[in-house]
Amino acid sequence: MASVCFYFQLHQPLRLRHYTVFDRDDQYFDDYRNAAICRKVANKCFLPANRLLLDIIRRYEGRFRIAYSLTGVLLEQLLSFAPEVLSTFDALAETGCVEFLAETYYHSLSFLYSRDEFIEQVNKHVQTIENLFGKKPRLFRNTELIYNNDLAALIESMGDFDAIMTEGADHILGFRSPNFVYRPKGCSKLKLLLKNYSLSDDIAFRFSNRDWPEWPLTADKFARWISDVNGNGNVVNLFMDYETFGEHQWQDTGIFDFMRHLPEKILKHPDNNFKTPSEVIQCYQPVGTVDVPHLISWADIERDLSAWLGNAMQSNAIHELYHLEKKVKKTGDEKIMTDWRKLQTSDHFYYMCTKYFADGDVHKYFNPYNSPYDSYINFMNVLGNLSNRCLKQTRLDLSNVVDRALINKNNLTGQATESAFCGLS
Amino acid sequence: MLGWEFPPFISGGLGTACYGLTRAMDQLGIEVTFVLPTILEGEYASHVKLLAAGSHGSTAAFKFGPMKNVTFRAINSPLQPYATPDIYQRQIEETLRQKQKGCGLAGHLFDAAHYSGDMYREVHRYAAIAAQLAANEQFDIVHAHDWITYPAGILVAAMSGKPLIVHVHSTEFDRSGEHVNQMIYDIEREGMHAADRIITVSHFTRNIIISRYGVPGEKVEVVHNGVQRNGGNWALNESGIDKDEKIVLFLGRITMQKGPDYFLAAAKKVLEVMDNVKFVMTGSGDLMHRAVEMAAGLGIGHKVLFTGFLRGQDVQKIYKMADLYVMPSVSEPFGIAPLEALNNNVPVIISKQSGVSEVLKHALKVDFWDVDEIANKIVAVLQYPALQETLANYGNFEVRRLRWQDSARKCAKIYEEALVTV
Repeated sequence: MASVCFYFQLHQPLRLRHYTVFDRDDQYFDDYRNAAICRKVANKCFLPANRLLLDIIRRYEGRFRIAYSLTGVLLEQLLSFAPEVLSTFDALAETGCVEFLAETYYHSLSFLYSRDEFIEQVNKHVQTIENLFGKKPRLFRNTELIYNNDLAALIESMGDFDAIMTEGADHILGFRSPNFVYRPKGCSKLKLLLKNYSLSDDIAFRFSNRDWPEWPLTADKFARWISDVNGNGNVVNLFMDYETFGEHQWQDTGIFDFMRHLPEKILKHPDNNFKTPSEVIQCYQPVGTVDVPHLISWADIERDLSAWLGNAMQSNAIHELYHLEKKVKKTGDEKIMTDWRKLQTSDHFYYMCTKYFADGDVHKYFNPYNSPYDSYINFMNVLGNLSNRCLKQTRLDLSNVVDRALINKNNLTGQATESAFCGLS
Repeated sequence: MLGWEFPPFISGGLGTACYGLTRAMDQLGIEVTFVLPTILEGEYASHVKLLAAGSHGSTAAFKFGPMKNVTFRAINSPLQPYATPDIYQRQIEETLRQKQKGCGLAGHLFDAAHYSGDMYREVHRYAAIAAQLAANEQFDIVHAHDWITYPAGILVAAMSGKPLIVHVHSTEFDRSGEHVNQMIYDIEREGMHAADRIITVSHFTRNIIISRYGVPGEKVEVVHNGVQRNGGNWALNESGIDKDEKIVLFLGRITMQKGPDYFLAAAKKVLEVMDNVKFVMTGSGDLMHRAVEMAAGLGIGHKVLFTGFLRGQDVQKIYKMADLYVMPSVSEPFGIAPLEALNNNVPVIISKQSGVSEVLKHALKVDFWDVDEIANKIVAVLQYPALQETLANYGNFEVRRLRWQDSARKCAKIYEEALVTV
């Protein structure tokens, strides 16, 4: 039996505007650019892909099933800039063949720096998804599939989740295959789904690469590879960015046609089927324990955190950011809090990556800055302003407290004099 | 090879470039005869021995340090690469005065008759002497560096029938903006059109000579400059300056081309948000006085230091002290100084209107006119050690890949092509 489990990631960061050390206002984000990019991606990818998948789901009457994870920052942008996308997601949710996963609302790296903040963001995301699509997510995926044993333990202790997903990296699996359900080390209930990165990347990265010996990739060929898993695994987890459709692989590469024909070819083999992640973990029991003491992710060849925390600027920026947590929360100011959280989106740190910078590679395509240095400077200027706002706010609060204390004191002395007078009379 | 300046007789990047290039060619085994105008003055503390000049030809031949394939020929001439005609005039008068005063009887050696009264005739005198020299030399290629040597190059090439290569390190548009000196422009244009091949130090300059001088693009090649690794700079004693102030460095001629006014305007902005900074302007030039006045006028005179022109060890020392190097050039064909700064672990901000920004990734880039952005970036580097460190480390590493050997190899290839087509 080989089940195919598709999960698509959807995310768009809120890009910062050009913010110099001389700027004083609290408008940090480049609304014009964010709106333009959001609409572009909606038109090139989200809308056509949603329509296609909806079509396929209806055609196969429940036999084609998929999962999505939409970040909170993306949902907010869709709501403002491309609400028609949300209605197509609504339609998808109503088919009952689509599952929505949980993650951090702000697509953040908060797990690494603040557990409290992490839990708040996960809860906020779960709440949002439930409100929008009527169902509480039961599976968790962390930002960029960042994962280790501690994360699994934390997620299990939160009690809301049945399983967690991460990269099926070679160095954690060794000889084992990602095509089974596993159990994270140290967990008793939580299950672990591992991305089959080889087959996922065949679609996500290599699909249009003409230097790839397997090019062109046809639905037939890919279905054959899936069927080969029979007898050697239970599930093929195909996790990828949704922007694979229409953005990373442009429409003229044939990616949409590939997807249109894939279900038919896969279902031709009687042992194959499609399952959502929740169904996968209901059907299959864990075959072993996977131990991940060190952090992994789905990024680059290294599968580590170096894309976000690889140089001194990145770690400095993120440390300064989480250093502000107490100050921010003390102010109790909703706007300050939201701005701080929007700055946590992992993309801000990705832009500061100097890996491959000199070679001018793919990292560039999604980068609004000309250089990692520019992005660091911009981020730090914004952070500096945010920090000042916290100070001001706390000072305001303080002066309020002092005012109140003074008033109380006056009242008290007033009463005292009154009572003194009473005593006299 | 025809040049105008060579270490230690330098006033700018051209000498450094000629030194680096000839040295690398020497290592490749290319024989170079380097002809340069130089006025023999005692003020240069030099380790190079110049032979006594002959009477009429006024040439000196000497060998320089470790370069066994390079012969130098010096022509006594007060030509200076970055001088304007006015400065030349003053220089001539000054030299003559000194000769009459100091040398007494020996003064006739440097008779006024040897110097032409104006720069243009001097350029042609240089050409005539160079041609005379060339008649007795064996060579395959004439390689002329920048406009002063173009007439000499044309003449030598015509006489010998050898291919002429002109190497454009800067153009009149870089030096003077739109107020070009027509005479110099004409010389440049003539040289470029007479040349078999043209080498420019950047794509930036290549564009200028194609669009402004009407040169067909196919004969123009880009050869970026390199930088000399000075391996022993840690041997330098600590400057002993215990500084609690940050130092931002401007190093270059203080002329319109280098954008000193933008530097000062940015300094003013920086001082609005932070106080513990000093701005050091190293170099001299015709805008020096204007710059001092401007600093005073902006009310930041106490924060700006002018050191004058520095050489050798002093340059190393100033780099050692600096936290940041800024090059706000208005039009910079290449700009070797930022590479030297990075070589000394000083991070750099460079203008986008420069050739060096084509080869450096690990540098902050700005438009020279964008004073706010320059100030923004200066503040960022001074405030965030992580940024300063990353820029310096990666930049230093990047600079190691820019080697003169590669530039020399490219030149050699162009020589070969020129020899084939002629």
